Amino acid sequence: MKKNVLLSLVILFALALAACAPAAAPAEEAAPAEEAAPAEEAAPAEEAAGSIKIANLSPLSGPVPTFGESTTNGFMMAVDEWNAKGGVAGMTIEPIVEDSQCTADPAVNAANKVIDQDGVHYIVGEVCSSASIPVSEIAEAAGVVQISPTSTNATVTLNLDGSTKEYVFRACFIDPFQGLVMAKFATDQGYKKAFVMLDQGNDYVRGLAEVFAEKFVEYGGEIVGQETYTGTDTDFSAILTKVKDSGAEVLYLPDYYNVVNLVAAQAKQLGVTAAMMGGDGWDSADLDTAAVDGYYFSNHYSPQDTRQIVVDFVAAYTEKFGATPDALATLAYDATNLLLASIESVGADDPAAVAAAMAGISYDAVSGTVTFDAQHNPVKSAVVLQVKDGAVNFVASVAP
Amino acid sequence: MERKNQNPVMQWIVKSKILGILFFIVIGAFVILKIGEALTSNPSLFLQQVVNGLQLGFVYALIALGYTMIYGIVRLINFAHGDVFMVGAFTSFFTISRFNLHLWFQNIFPSFPALSAQVIGTVTVVLASMAVCALLAFTIEKIAYKPLREAPRISALITAIGISFFLEYFGALNFVFTPNYITYKRPFEVRSWFIGPGGFGTFETGVTIPDNSIIFSNIFLIIVLASIFLLLVLQYIVKRTKIGKAMRAVAFDKPTARLMGINSDAVISITFALGAALAGAAGVLYSIAYPQVYFTMGITPGMKAFVAAVVGGIGSIPGAFLGALIMGQAETLSAAYISTPMRDAIAFSLLIIVLLIRPKGIMGEIASEKV
Repeated sequence: MKKNVLLSLVILFALALAACAPAAAPAEEAAPAEEAAPAEEAAPAEEAAGSIKIANLSPLSGPVPTFGESTTNGFMMAVDEWNAKGGVAGMTIEPIVEDSQCTADPAVNAANKVIDQDGVHYIVGEVCSSASIPVSEIAEAAGVVQISPTSTNATVTLNLDGSTKEYVFRACFIDPFQGLVMAKFATDQGYKKAFVMLDQGNDYVRGLAEVFAEKFVEYGGEIVGQETYTGTDTDFSAILTKVKDSGAEVLYLPDYYNVVNLVAAQAKQLGVTAAMMGGDGWDSADLDTAAVDGYYFSNHYSPQDTRQIVVDFVAAYTEKFGATPDALATLAYDATNLLLASIESVGADDPAAVAAAMAGISYDAVSGTVTFDAQHNPVKSAVVLQVKDGAVNFVASVAP
Repeated sequence: MERKNQNPVMQWIVKSKILGILFFIVIGAFVILKIGEALTSNPSLFLQQVVNGLQLGFVYALIALGYTMIYGIVRLINFAHGDVFMVGAFTSFFTISRFNLHLWFQNIFPSFPALSAQVIGTVTVVLASMAVCALLAFTIEKIAYKPLREAPRISALITAIGISFFLEYFGALNFVFTPNYITYKRPFEVRSWFIGPGGFGTFETGVTIPDNSIIFSNIFLIIVLASIFLLLVLQYIVKRTKIGKAMRAVAFDKPTARLMGINSDAVISITFALGAALAGAAGVLYSIAYPQVYFTMGITPGMKAFVAAVVGGIGSIPGAFLGALIMGQAETLSAAYISTPMRDAIAFSLLIIVLLIRPKGIMGEIASEKV
């Protein structure tokens, strides 16, 4: 009798938990991941004749799932477009999508899996610098071409001795430029005192914060305080009280949108009036626009750009996925196109030749014309966007 | 045969706990110096940080109470407690965003004053989470802990760790909570007030806050009031009711309690449920304060609350509360005045220092053995 009660309790719980399945949750991230899953299941250890495998390492789960969803969407859109035109260099593209969770360990595991088990020679990924850096070391050692759509930390494409990695590229500008953009913007707006908050354990955040602090002082401002926090922190009241007390006019928080949401909400509660500014990590549909209303962030592109290539891309993406493309989708699309264009120009599945071709390419991407400099970084402009009344608006464009 | 390491000096050092006392004096002096400096240079900033620390401390207190009660009764450190807290947070997320439970009263009586309707709605959400967590803990206890009552204590401990991982990673599945960091929707609007020598008022755009005022929000008020209320209810249950008496009896001496006719199994289940209900309430309050829920959110607060319970004396209910308040203050003040990245290191070092001098915790009772 008692055992039955127990069993029914357990079943009740399992049902309750299953009923709690967040179908109403904001992102429908299950869809693109599942679409790609059959493709990955079908891949045998050897390539089928006439096909070429391209892997996508994307943070589909974890702290920044919207980044992953957008990146994989952009990647798949490019792959589908090329496959519709007959593939690349006569070969059908076989996409392999892996979830790397924006963190080093899962990314390394995913990279090893696609390189060793699936025999992939080309990787589009990862999104987050902390994950891209270890993956780039694996790719360089294995002779696998890697192009990161959005990792902005300078060391992604550089070896420890400062020389450029032969096989690693990126499709976005780098943090030294991005930090400069915001520092310039802040001083242009008349702000003299800035407070910097950074996550010591995150390469992306640290890189941006350091450059911003340096450039802000160079342009005549004053850094009135700098505080570090860890990735798992949820209580920022102590730091924000210090921000208030310092009299800062600008609070530079170049972190991902999940942290920005928390900090901004608490800042509002505590009456912090400093204008918050950030980097491309803010670019997400899940950004709490009410909490960061009126604040600015630097980004790679704006969907409101009037260039024809942007207008066409935005229309096509919106039709295919039902949402305006954010910078991550755009950059993933551009990165994949850059890779495929390089493979096309070589005409064969030869990573060494493709890497050389990519180093010398000049390509009209959605986010701007791309040519790579000596460090395999594209020479591109940045845009400054403002969050206002629930929408993200283009404010200014800054050229390097 | 004389053992080589029976050096009388070493023996004296260990027995008199002189190292612990020295540490305590040095660090105590440092702390008093820093606090004095902070108070004299900028008292309103210090008070603001204290207020911040209180908010954190009260949430930890609710979780710590669960740890301490369960340890008191079955001498088990329930590592799954932090994850019960996580389930409570997610339950409230679903009741608010999916079923709009916080609006039920407003929908039935639209003419009722908005503030009271909001309060009733929020209380309902908290109660719902408490009920779900109580049921969850009851189930866990029956499946995982009860069969191991007679086994060596280490088995139950390892099972607790297993349940903790199970709750986390089962919750991370896509059809349950998903592994994503979800923004939490609060059941009420946040309002902040400032109070100080310049006067008292609410935040509104365009209102400049006078210098030296302390800011607190309705979130802070709700957390403090709810925690104090729940603590008083718990104290009442434990001290003034028959079931409380039974709980204390089983905690004191289980075999004798059973001889006196107390159904120890029922008492233990009720204790688990009660502790988990508090964790569920803590989950809701924590998510209201820090609006982001994710499947591993219970790990760090659970650990800190456990440390708080040990610092205050594990097995003692007022001790858990005191320990949690101390932990909250230690964390916030060290972030404010010493160093933000070291805040956790300092807060956990508190544990070491307290245990060096007083192994049973500040208000702890003497326990024969702790696993």
